Amino acid sequence: MSVGASKIPAIVTEVVEVNSLIKRFRFVREDGGQTPGFSGGAHTVVEMDDNGTRRLNAYSLMSDPADLSGYEISVRRDEGGRGGSLYMHRAVRPGMKMLISQPVNLFGLDLRARKHLLLAGGIGITPFIAQMAQLDSLGARFELHYAARDRELGAYMTELTARHGDRVHRYYDVENQAIDLPALLRGQPLGTHLYVCGPKGMINWVLSTATDLGWPKGALHSEEFLAPPVGQPFQVELARSNMTVTVGAAQSLLEAIEAAGVEAPYLCRGGACGQCETRVLHCEGEMLHHDHWLSDEQKAACAHIMPCVSRFKGKRLVLEL
Amino acid sequence: MQTETEILKSRPVYGVLSPRPGAMHLIIADGEGGEAVTDLFAQAPEMAARAHVIYIPGANGTDQGAQVQKLGAAQFHRAPSYAAARSRILKVLTDAHMGLQIYVTGTEGLIGQVQRDAMEAGLPHDALQTEHRGSLARRVQCVHCKGITENVTTDPFVCTHCGLNLFVRDHYSRRLAAFQGVCIDAEDPGEVPPAEERFT
Repeated sequence: MSVGASKIPAIVTEVVEVNSLIKRFRFVREDGGQTPGFSGGAHTVVEMDDNGTRRLNAYSLMSDPADLSGYEISVRRDEGGRGGSLYMHRAVRPGMKMLISQPVNLFGLDLRARKHLLLAGGIGITPFIAQMAQLDSLGARFELHYAARDRELGAYMTELTARHGDRVHRYYDVENQAIDLPALLRGQPLGTHLYVCGPKGMINWVLSTATDLGWPKGALHSEEFLAPPVGQPFQVELARSNMTVTVGAAQSLLEAIEAAGVEAPYLCRGGACGQCETRVLHCEGEMLHHDHWLSDEQKAACAHIMPCVSRFKGKRLVLEL
Repeated sequence: MQTETEILKSRPVYGVLSPRPGAMHLIIADGEGGEAVTDLFAQAPEMAARAHVIYIPGANGTDQGAQVQKLGAAQFHRAPSYAAARSRILKVLTDAHMGLQIYVTGTEGLIGQVQRDAMEAGLPHDALQTEHRGSLARRVQCVHCKGITENVTTDPFVCTHCGLNLFVRDHYSRRLAAFQGVCIDAEDPGEVPPAEERFT
């Protein structure tokens, strides 16, 4: 049984076009009850029935954690993606019934911090919107640095400035504005924790700069949900279930296992949480690890795989499932 | 055979000090920890220019203050006890920026107290580098009266606050920077095993 298997039947009550790439969705419970409480940084996994293809995508909750009347998420349309965001943009309408998961937080605030430094890139802003509402109600000290391509795509910039004033710092790529990261990091008081969410390049840049400047690992927090990458189809043997499954080019290993009727553990479906870690019994070929969970040593050892995002290329792969 | 550290997860584990990049280095040592500071500076003599060293002579009489002072840190301060040095340390923690590196070496009591104060300043508990040197004497909290006895070397020992006979556990609290002492003769008052020197 997967933690993610506990679902909330929900109704979409609002679909708002925020800008040309981003839509916001509001969900309330079908039974009219309160949604489970969550903390800033939590996400929900939205289940989609895309013409018979089951899609499960994780989206950060952006509504105020104190508001239990419903959940809000923002989805950026990804034309080159596997189709989840396109489905959300094209097919989801107010009044539709959908299944969403219980909230899970893999990007929580460390409330022992003296100050919270939040760095967002593009759609990576969403978890911070909930976190700032939480920090504001706690009276905690925080500062947001939010970079977007241009004013049109800087979703929520104006709203956030209205809500949080000069604690919000805005940067637009096309106007050649960039965060002066070394200066920003050097000036932070002792006890500051840093949180970054955005594109991979930004996350790597922020974490490596902070590490070089002597920031301790425990004060650095990041979140990047990976979409399962497409690749060559491959076969996998499931030892306990005694079956062989073919993983399609646009399908993840986890999705292929689920489609074969085998129940596998999962939570974030984005390579971040560790829930789906599966033992590899036999590997003749190359494992294509894409997750943020296994250490480099574990990846090299080829004894474990994260089926939500990782793939395989070679002769024979046997999993314990 | 399992070691005690494997049995009790809370029992602290210490490392060896090594220079890290940082805007400033706060180095705190007591007793035999002076040697570890000497070893640290030998690896990166250039850190002296940005180092603030605080040295406290050991409760056992070890005093390596002169040796540590000769290392030439930008700031050197000698204090008779942690209590005496604490206001200075808290001031440094309050004024510092991220990038400050903290190194603590010497007795477990010192390491634990610096770690506690750094955590209260908002740093993660593993942000400090620690190296144990010298005495194994423990800082123990009596779980009954909550009084803390410094430099406990025997087990059991008599609580300096309430007088109970306490058995010293490996159970450690980072928040209190102390091991836990539990009454050893609660059920049979007076039946106390002879005290052994366990933490010399």
